[in-house]
Amino acid sequence: MRILKLIYKNTLRHKLRSSLTILGIAIAVIAFGLLRTVVTAWYVGVEAAAADRMITRHSVSFIFPLPYSYKQKIEGISGVQEVSFANWFGGTYKDKNNFFARMAVGDNMLDVYPEYAVPKDQLDVYNKERNSCVVGKDIAEKYNFKLGDIITMDGDIYPGQWDFVVRGIYQPKYKTTDGTQMFFHWEYLNERMTKEMPGRANDVGWYIIKIKDQTQSATISEKVDALFKNSPAETKTETERAFNQGFLASTSAIITAMNVMSFMIIGIIMLVLGNTMIMASRERTREYAVFKTLGFSGFHMIGLILGESMFIACLGSFVGLALVFPIVASFEKFIPKTFFPVFYIEPITLILAVSAALFIGIAASIFPIQRVLNTKIVEGFRFVG
Amino acid sequence: MSEIIDVQNVSKSYWRDSLEISVLHNISLKVNEGEFLCLMGPSGSGKTTLLNLIAGIDRPTKGKLIVAGTEIASLEESALAKWRSASVGFVFQFYNLIPVLTAFENVELPLLLTKLSKAERRKHVETTLEIVGLGDRIHHYPKQLSGGQEQRVAIARAIVTDPILLVADEPTGDLDRTSAEEILTLMERLNKEFKKTIMMVTHDPHAAQRARIIRHLDKGDLTEGVEYENIKANL
Repeated sequence: MRILKLIYKNTLRHKLRSSLTILGIAIAVIAFGLLRTVVTAWYVGVEAAAADRMITRHSVSFIFPLPYSYKQKIEGISGVQEVSFANWFGGTYKDKNNFFARMAVGDNMLDVYPEYAVPKDQLDVYNKERNSCVVGKDIAEKYNFKLGDIITMDGDIYPGQWDFVVRGIYQPKYKTTDGTQMFFHWEYLNERMTKEMPGRANDVGWYIIKIKDQTQSATISEKVDALFKNSPAETKTETERAFNQGFLASTSAIITAMNVMSFMIIGIIMLVLGNTMIMASRERTREYAVFKTLGFSGFHMIGLILGESMFIACLGSFVGLALVFPIVASFEKFIPKTFFPVFYIEPITLILAVSAALFIGIAASIFPIQRVLNTKIVEGFRFVG
Repeated sequence: MSEIIDVQNVSKSYWRDSLEISVLHNISLKVNEGEFLCLMGPSGSGKTTLLNLIAGIDRPTKGKLIVAGTEIASLEESALAKWRSASVGFVFQFYNLIPVLTAFENVELPLLLTKLSKAERRKHVETTLEIVGLGDRIHHYPKQLSGGQEQRVAIARAIVTDPILLVADEPTGDLDRTSAEEILTLMERLNKEFKKTIMMVTHDPHAAQRARIIRHLDKGDLTEGVEYENIKANL
């Protein structure tokens, strides 16, 4: 108990130095937490992918359409439970900055994506009206969309003015579910395309295949792609996770940089705490000699130095963790929801931050401990700091 | 009276780069239990080195050191640390108190290595601080005490475990005359009243007067012992 008290008192011996070190660790923990949360948010689409869903797209690129006629053929493959499809609509709502995903989807889309939970009464109305749409809770809140509102879009990929009636607001079922999307009937899009741009009628952006057994994904993927081999629109079928990961491939360098940065912060703060501990142990060289003279062993010396280092590191990480939640919450409010639809601190981030702080505490005490243990008592008494 | 210190042909050298500096040459010394011995000599004569060797905080280059019945030169570091905590009390010139601990906590430090309960430790510390005359200063920090009081706390810390041997390196070197006299009186009392064997290093002839035997070291060699009465007569 007395040793713990001594550790505590040693920590407070240079209040300014200890406070600045604790603050430094707290800032590092916040920066680490924030960076990891951004990385998590980046990967949320991948994390949200269901194991029993597969995506079939044009083999050349996602931007090339597939014929609507493929739907029935894919449905005929054994192991396929349900097939839906979607088209990226694009468009502008009032201002180009008002970005959120708008997709023309097959009628059974919300069956394939049960995580977009729409109340049954709303879903019934949506299914009955051709120009109805369902919007996510987050964009409904942001743009104040209410049931019955008419949203007018200026089309770009599909030119013209498009009116949609809000008939459903979906609630994201899981923490990782994106609540910033808008879905409307593909039929509505296709009807107009048939009239105005017949060459683009019956085009589908990609197919979503729900499979009965997720262990069969590789086999089904091969079967689907084999079905359309040597056709004008060959396909590439992959798991939803792989498909989503493909979107992130272009930004992998940024994510890697952020990951590296988050660990570099840990490294920098380790040097700061290490420096504090080295200074502290250097100043106390004579005191450690006194302790050794009184009969305190090397383990006691390790306990004193490691204890102080861990105490500072834990205090810093505690302050950092206490602040990271409100800071991430403010950050979430500050950045557009459509940019990072899901932004929350994962438990693993907290575990990593605490582990990093503990690691810093241990690592920062290694050199001072080594120095104290290697300093003979008589050398300690002769030391002039 | 039995011998508590038996130094047999001890030499000590230090290495500075490739240069060997011989500090003690083939020293032999016997000290009886309950003795108050003073080591005197000019700076660099090796008196602190000899004191450190006897106290087990340094090791001889050669020779045998038997202190309180233990051959300490051959002990492992951890065994030597245990031996020190049980057998020797240390008093330093600059007190070497831990500044963030109170007088009570400083004196309690050596007892933390014992199996005494908290209540027992408290009793020991309070009694010891009473002996050195600081019963009313137990919650004071070193910076709140005078030099003489700090040294008395250091003496209390040295004797709280009731060691058989007390070593003091220039215990009055940093004190004014009055405080120095108080410290020497206290050490004399510890020797006479509490039968502590004391080995003290000092430059100060007045401090040396309090010892019963004075030995001189000169350039690493020990001269013959002189009884206190003879010294007193020569001063």
